[in-house]
Amino acid sequence: MQFSFQRLRALLYKEIVQILRDRRTLLLFFLLPLIELFLFAYAVSLTVSHLPTAVVDQSLDSRSRDFIHALANSGNFDITLDLQNQEQVLKAIDNGTVKAGIVIPPDFAGKVLRGEGSVLILLDGSDSFSVESGYSAASSIAQKYSLELTAQSVQAGGAASTSATSGGLPIATITRVLYNPDIKDLVFILPGLIALIMQIIVVTHSALSLVREREAGTLEQLLATPARPFEMIIAKLVPGMLVAMLDMSIILVIGIFWFQVPFQGSIGLLAVLSILFIISGMGLGLVISAVTKSQRQAQQLTSVIQMLAMLLTGFLYPRTTMPLWTQLIGDLIPLTYFVRIIRGIMTKGVSLSFLWTDTLTLVVYAGIVLVVAAALSKKRLD
Amino acid sequence: MTTTNEIAISAQGLVKRFKGRGGAVTVLEDITLEVKRGETFGLIGPDGAGKSTTTRVILGLLRRDGGRSSVLGHDSMRDVYMIRAESGYIAQQFALPADLTVMENMRFFADLHGIPAKRQKGRIAELLKFAGLTEFTSRPAGRLSGGMKKKLALACSLIHEPQVVLLDEPTLGVDPVSRREFWNLLGNLRAERGLTIFVCTPYMDEAERCNQVGLIYKGRLIARDTPAGIKKMVPGRLLEFKPAQFETARKIVAGLTGVLQVQTYGAMLHPFVDDLELRRKEIEQALTAQGITWSGMRAIQPRMEEAFINLVTRQEEAENG
Amino acid sequence: MLQRILAIIQKEFSQALRDRVTLGIMLSMPLLQLILFGYAINTNVRNIETVVADQSQDQASRDYLNAMVNSGYFDIVETAADQAGVIRSIDAGQARVGIVIPPDFAAHVQRGDAQTLVLVDGSDFFTSQSANAYATIIGQEYAIQIVMNRIAGTGATANTLPALNALVRVLYNPDMKDLWFIIPGMAAMLLQTQSLILTAAAVVREREAGTIEQILVTPIRPIELMFGKIVPYVFIAMLNMLTVIAIGVFWFGVPFQGSFWLFIGLSLLYVFSGLGLGLLVSSISQNQRQAQQLIMLFMMVSLLLGGFIFPRYTMPPVVRAIGNLFPMTYFVPISRGIITKGIGFSVLTSQVLSLAVYILIVMLLAALTFRKRLD
Repeated sequence: MQFSFQRLRALLYKEIVQILRDRRTLLLFFLLPLIELFLFAYAVSLTVSHLPTAVVDQSLDSRSRDFIHALANSGNFDITLDLQNQEQVLKAIDNGTVKAGIVIPPDFAGKVLRGEGSVLILLDGSDSFSVESGYSAASSIAQKYSLELTAQSVQAGGAASTSATSGGLPIATITRVLYNPDIKDLVFILPGLIALIMQIIVVTHSALSLVREREAGTLEQLLATPARPFEMIIAKLVPGMLVAMLDMSIILVIGIFWFQVPFQGSIGLLAVLSILFIISGMGLGLVISAVTKSQRQAQQLTSVIQMLAMLLTGFLYPRTTMPLWTQLIGDLIPLTYFVRIIRGIMTKGVSLSFLWTDTLTLVVYAGIVLVVAAALSKKRLD
Repeated sequence: MTTTNEIAISAQGLVKRFKGRGGAVTVLEDITLEVKRGETFGLIGPDGAGKSTTTRVILGLLRRDGGRSSVLGHDSMRDVYMIRAESGYIAQQFALPADLTVMENMRFFADLHGIPAKRQKGRIAELLKFAGLTEFTSRPAGRLSGGMKKKLALACSLIHEPQVVLLDEPTLGVDPVSRREFWNLLGNLRAERGLTIFVCTPYMDEAERCNQVGLIYKGRLIARDTPAGIKKMVPGRLLEFKPAQFETARKIVAGLTGVLQVQTYGAMLHPFVDDLELRRKEIEQALTAQGITWSGMRAIQPRMEEAFINLVTRQEEAENG
Repeated sequence: MLQRILAIIQKEFSQALRDRVTLGIMLSMPLLQLILFGYAINTNVRNIETVVADQSQDQASRDYLNAMVNSGYFDIVETAADQAGVIRSIDAGQARVGIVIPPDFAAHVQRGDAQTLVLVDGSDFFTSQSANAYATIIGQEYAIQIVMNRIAGTGATANTLPALNALVRVLYNPDMKDLWFIIPGMAAMLLQTQSLILTAAAVVREREAGTIEQILVTPIRPIELMFGKIVPYVFIAMLNMLTVIAIGVFWFGVPFQGSFWLFIGLSLLYVFSGLGLGLLVSSISQNQRQAQQLIMLFMMVSLLLGGFIFPRYTMPPVVRAIGNLFPMTYFVPISRGIITKGIGFSVLTSQVLSLAVYILIVMLLAALTFRKRLD
C-alpha cells in the first residue's frame, strides 16, 4: 500500500480546520471537562461529615451533655435541632430536615454507671453516604465513650493493675492514609476523572467524526480520490488525540496548581502511557462508528459505554467487591487499566516497574486497535 | 475493431447484489456498455433503477458481484488506485467539506492527487477562472449557492486533469442557467482535451446531447444507442394536440385502433400511432363525433422524454404480462 | 382539534417505535444499571488485601491480627519485614492495607503503651474508607476486650461496670442495601433523561428533515403540535420508569412504602419539566448534534448536583443554588420520600410547589422560543 505524506498532510489539515471551525463542539470539548472538574471539586463530597442531626436529651445531665459533645466534636454530626421526643425526631427525618437523630433517655448518668446505659441513634436510611459514615461513626464514638467511663471508674475504684487504668486503651491503633493523608476527596477523584474525561473525548470524537462523514456523503467523495483508507483513518484520529492530550494537560494543570492535588510521579511516563490509552480509546470509537448507522445512534451507544465505564472500571466504585462476571466486563474496557496507571503515577508516585502489567495490556489493546483499523479500512463503500 | 486504448469505460455482464432483510437482492443484472474516448455517455432511467449503483461499481466504490468492468483499461476491483488517479467523480450526494473555503477545498483535492505545490498555484487559478469562482476563494464551501457548489465540485474533480469524468446527477436541483453553464464548461473540456464523460442524469435534454444513451430499468439496460437510435425504437409516429375536455378525449383516443400509446404532457395529449395520416383523421373524426373540440393537432418528433416514457411503460407492461 | 392532536400522536408513536436502536438503548440502560447496582456494585468493601509486618511474632501480636482477620474485613495476602516493605507492597498494588506491629508487642501491651500502625492505600476511596473505619473499630474493640479481661481479673464484676450501649437504628433501609438507595434516584434520573432526550430529538429531527414545514401548512395550531409531540414521550418515559420500579420491587425486593398513585401523579408532573426542557433545548440548538451535547451537559450537571448520588447538604451554598436550576433536585426527595420513607403529600408540599413553579417557568420559556422558531 502506497503512502503519501502530501496526502496525509492534506487530510490532517482538513480535519483540524473542521474541528477548529466548529466552534460550538470545540467549546464543549473544552468546557465540559472543566465543568466536570469544578463540579467534582466543589460539589462532590465522598467523605460525608456534618450530618444535620436532631438531639433529644431527656436527661440533661453532665454525662449526657458530654456524650453529645463527643458526637458533635467528632465532626460527623452537626447538631442542628433540639427536640422533645422520638416522634419529633422521626418526623424531622421524614421530611428531610435532619439526617440523623440522637435520643438520650432519662437518667442517663445513673443508668450508665449501673451498666445499663443506652442511647438510640436514628439514621436516615434513604441516603447511602450519610448512613455509611454515620453508622460507623456512631458505633465507634459510643464505644470509645463507654470505655473511657470504664477506665475512669476502675481508676476511681483503685484497682491495682496500672496497665488497665492508664487512662486509655492499651493498644492504640494508629491509621495513616498513604498518599492522601488529609483524605482530600479530589485526590481520590481527580486521576480517575482525568482518565474518564479523556476516554469520553476520544471515543466520542472518533466515533462521531467517522459517522458524520459517512452521513454527509463526503466519505464517498473522498473515497473516489487516491487517498488511502489508512491515511484517512490516521488523519481522523490524530486531531482527536491532540484535543484529548490538550484537555488532559489543562485539567492536570488546574488540578495541581489550583486544587493542589499532588503529582508524585513522572510526567513523561504519564504522557507516553496516555498516548497508548488514547489509541485504545480510539479503537473503541472506530468500532462504534462501524456498527452504527447514524450520528444519533453513535452518540447513544457512546453514552451507554460511558456509563458502563464509569461504573465498572474502578473509577468510583471498587472492583474488588464485584462478582466475577462484572469484573470480566470491566477487564475489557481499557479505562480500567489506565485508571490504575494514572493513580499509580499521580497519587502513588510509582515507576514503570510497578505498572508494567497494566501497561502491557494497554499495548496489546493498542495493537489490536491498529490491526482492526487496518482491517476496517475499506476502499469501498460496502 | 476499436483497440483497447480507445475505450475509456467498459462493462460486461455486470452484476451487483445487495444483502437485504429477506435475502440477497439483485440490483444490477447483466449490464454491458462501452464508452469510447472523447464520447459522452448518458445513463438515464427511473428512480432506483440502478444508475448510481452502476457508476459506483464501475469506479470500484462498490464491490462487483459478477461480470467485468474497467476504466481506461484498469479493472474496477483490482486496479482501483489507478482509476482514482486518472478519473474524476462527482457523487450524487456530493458534499465537499463545508467548513473549508473554496481555495482550501481546491488545495485539499490537489494535495490528495499528489500535485506538486509549484504546479498547484497555476492549475488552481486556471480552474477557478474556468468555473467562475475566482472571487469566492475565501468563502466556506457550505455557504455557496447550489450552482456554485456544483461548479466547485467539478473543479475539484478535474484538478488532476483526468481523462474520464463520471458524474452522478451533477445538475440536480440547479437552476437552468447554472445548468447550462455547467454543461458549457464540460463541453469545452471535451472539445479541447477529448474528455470522456459518463453522466447519470434525470434531465432528458442532457441525454439528448450525449453520443450514447443507456436506458436502465430495474437493474437492466433495456436500451443502448445514440439518442436518435433510441427515439427510433419507439414504435409509431407521434401526434400532439390540445383537447377541450382532457379526460374524455384521452379515453376516447386511447381506445381507438392504431393508437399504440397515449402520453400526457401538461394539457396536451401525445398519442403514438402506427399510420400518421390515417390515424390522425380517425382521431379527429372520433373527437368531433363526441363534440370535443381541440387545437394545435400536428405531428412532432418524439423527444428523449417521450421515448423514455414509452420504452419504460412498454417494459412494465411486458413484465406484468 | 382532538383529531389533529391524535394524528400527531400517532405519527410520533410510529416514528419512535421505528427507531429501534434508540428505543433499545433507552430501555436497556436503566436495566443495565439496575443489574449492576443490584448484583455487582457494593460500596462496603470486605476482604481487603492486607500485607503484614509482624516484628514481634508473639502471642499478643498474633491475637491482634486474628481479630483483624476474623472481622471479615481484612485478608492477609502477604508478609513483609518492615514498614518500608509494607509500603512497597501497597505501592505495587499487591495489597491495599498494611499493618505494622513493632517489636516487643506483648510487653508493650502489658505496660499499656502498645501501638500498631495501619497504612491505608489512599488512592482508592471506598477501600480506604472501609479500611480506615474498620481498622480503627476493630483495633479499638480488641483493646477494649483486653481491658475488660484484665478488669475481670481484678475482681470487679462486669455488672457494676459502666456501659453504654448504642443502639443504631437505620430507618427505612435497615440492611443498608445499595439498591434501595439507588432506585428512587434512578427513577428521577430516568424520567428526566428520557423526557428530555426524546422530546429534543423529536423536535430537532423534524426541523432538520424539513418535515415540520410540511406539517405547519396544515390547519394545525402550534400548541396542538407541541402537545401531540409530547404525549407519546410522556408515555414511553413513564412506562420505562415503571418497568424499572417494578423490577426493583418484585425482583429485587425493594420496598415501596408510600402511595403508588401519589407517586404516579407527581411523576407525571415531573415528566413535564423534562419535556419543557427538551422543547427549550431544541429551540436553542441548530441541529441534533448540538442538542445532544447540551443535553449531555445538562444531565451530567444535574446528576452531580441533584442529590441523587452525592448529598446536597455538604455542598457550598453557591453550588447548592446552582442545583436549584435542575428539576431533579426537587424530585429526588419526592421520589425517595414516597418510595423509601413512605411519607405523604403533606410532608412534600414545598418540593411539589417548587416543582410546579419550575415547570411553569420552563414551559413559558419553551412556548415563547418554540413559536418564534416556527414562524
